[in-house]
Amino acid sequence: MITFQDVSKTYAGAGQHAALSGVSLSVAPGEVFGVIGASGAGKSTLIRLINGLEKPSSGKVVVDGDDVAALGVEGLRSLRRRVGMIFQHFNLLSSKTVAGNVAFPLKLAGTPDAEVKARTAELLARVGLSEFANKYPAQLSGGQKQRVGIARALATGPKVLLCDEATSALDPETTEQILELVSNLNRELGLTIVLITHEMDVVRRVCDRVAVLEGGKVVESGPVEAVFLHPASATARRFVTEAEGEPGEGVAVGGRLVRLTFKGEATYKPILGAVARETGVDYSILGGRIHRLRETPYGQLTLALTGGDVEAAIRRFEADGVRVDVIGEGGR
Amino acid sequence: MNDFMRNIDWSEIGQATIDTLSMLGGSMLLTVVLGLPLGVILFLTGKGQMLQNRLANGVLSLVINILRSVPFVILLIVMIPLTVALVGTSLGVAGAIPPLVVGAAPFFARLVETALREVDKGVIEASFAMGAKRRQVVLGALLPEAMPGLIAAATVTAIALVSYTAMAGVVGAGGLGDLAIRFGYQRFQTDVMVVTVVLLLVLVQALQMVGDAVVRRVSHR
Repeated sequence: MITFQDVSKTYAGAGQHAALSGVSLSVAPGEVFGVIGASGAGKSTLIRLINGLEKPSSGKVVVDGDDVAALGVEGLRSLRRRVGMIFQHFNLLSSKTVAGNVAFPLKLAGTPDAEVKARTAELLARVGLSEFANKYPAQLSGGQKQRVGIARALATGPKVLLCDEATSALDPETTEQILELVSNLNRELGLTIVLITHEMDVVRRVCDRVAVLEGGKVVESGPVEAVFLHPASATARRFVTEAEGEPGEGVAVGGRLVRLTFKGEATYKPILGAVARETGVDYSILGGRIHRLRETPYGQLTLALTGGDVEAAIRRFEADGVRVDVIGEGGR
Repeated sequence: MNDFMRNIDWSEIGQATIDTLSMLGGSMLLTVVLGLPLGVILFLTGKGQMLQNRLANGVLSLVINILRSVPFVILLIVMIPLTVALVGTSLGVAGAIPPLVVGAAPFFARLVETALREVDKGVIEASFAMGAKRRQVVLGALLPEAMPGLIAAATVTAIALVSYTAMAGVVGAGGLGDLAIRFGYQRFQTDVMVVTVVLLLVLVQALQMVGDAVVRRVSHR
């Protein structure tokens, strides 16, 4: 659906600042693709290349079969009707009502009035704001404003939804609701979603795949599960740690330090006790987390194993489908 | 009291008020018609805007600054030949309107530019992202979003025009200012001076109140 081929973007001006360099990635139809990075990593530029708000300095961005940079004015307008976008600060028109905002993209496209009316009502119902149709954005809460933003982005029936830090200005509870709505849209409408964020938690909740951006380069990408549970790059590790805290950090205990990763069913099995009994190993729990990656439960535990047959215990865990990473020898 | 008001010819005051209002109405209309597009062009050709053009912006900005730096009394006199060419006379209400417009339109254009700068850039970006053409962005998003600021700018301009119309009395434009100068000042008729000043004050106050009310009405922020 979306392909970046060796895309670079340099802003003219002092020091020729490169916002993106040599980015290649592809987003499949119907998937939720996350791009995570710190501020200034190039996320905003990346997402704006998709709907042609920015033009690449080199390389090619192909969206829904169109080379974005090669499109003329009309081609670009047609692309933008197929690619909706929502924003961190919602960017609603303060001079128009909720219904007026949702109707705006339809009116821009020259849709007949009767159809605009019907479609606006349908979209407001979908985001649960039917009774707010005649209110102005200033009268709404942040979460409601973002719902209007979503309804507006969906008005022209796009195939792709771009989310530019769409939950960064919202409180945790509202973030949860908006992410759920986005997830539902992905499932029900088969919408391809690209979201950029600086929060690993957002990626964990809704994304299928993720690319980690640092200094304008993709430093790691892959299924969320892989990047989240076993981050390879320092940047990805930092984002995971930010979201979860470092398990067992700064604890001085003896024995072998291991990190166990449970996925799916194994997460809820009473494995620890069984292994301890069978191998005579004692364990101290230094840190742990149990969560869901979209629908899949997973757990990660950091243990210090002492006494008994540590090697046998590790083999036993692995036999039960638990991934074991030895992260060090504890010492007093 | 009757003695104090002895110089006052109410029919003359009435005519002067009508003249002032006609000058104000006519010049305000033309000021908006000319100044609004100028202000929009000034904004759109500015740095980082959708029609960014340093040359056009520089030239327009310079012309506006030159016109704004000419004192209005001087402008009134310098414009006389042009005024005659345009409306056939340099006297009366008709003769006052061209210099009033040339004096006020650049001022209004600057205020329009400032009001447009206040519009959230995110809203403009979102409009483009929705597939709007430039014209649609300007007419459908930029101007409606700036409307409270534009109304406030028009109010300030209208009030500036009131004092300009008073000055236009110097070159025989008629109106309340003319009355104040000819009778109040030159003939020491203090009562005429007081009445005209009070009427001008009431006019200014009324304009400000109406302007503020309209701003409140169109503002949904």
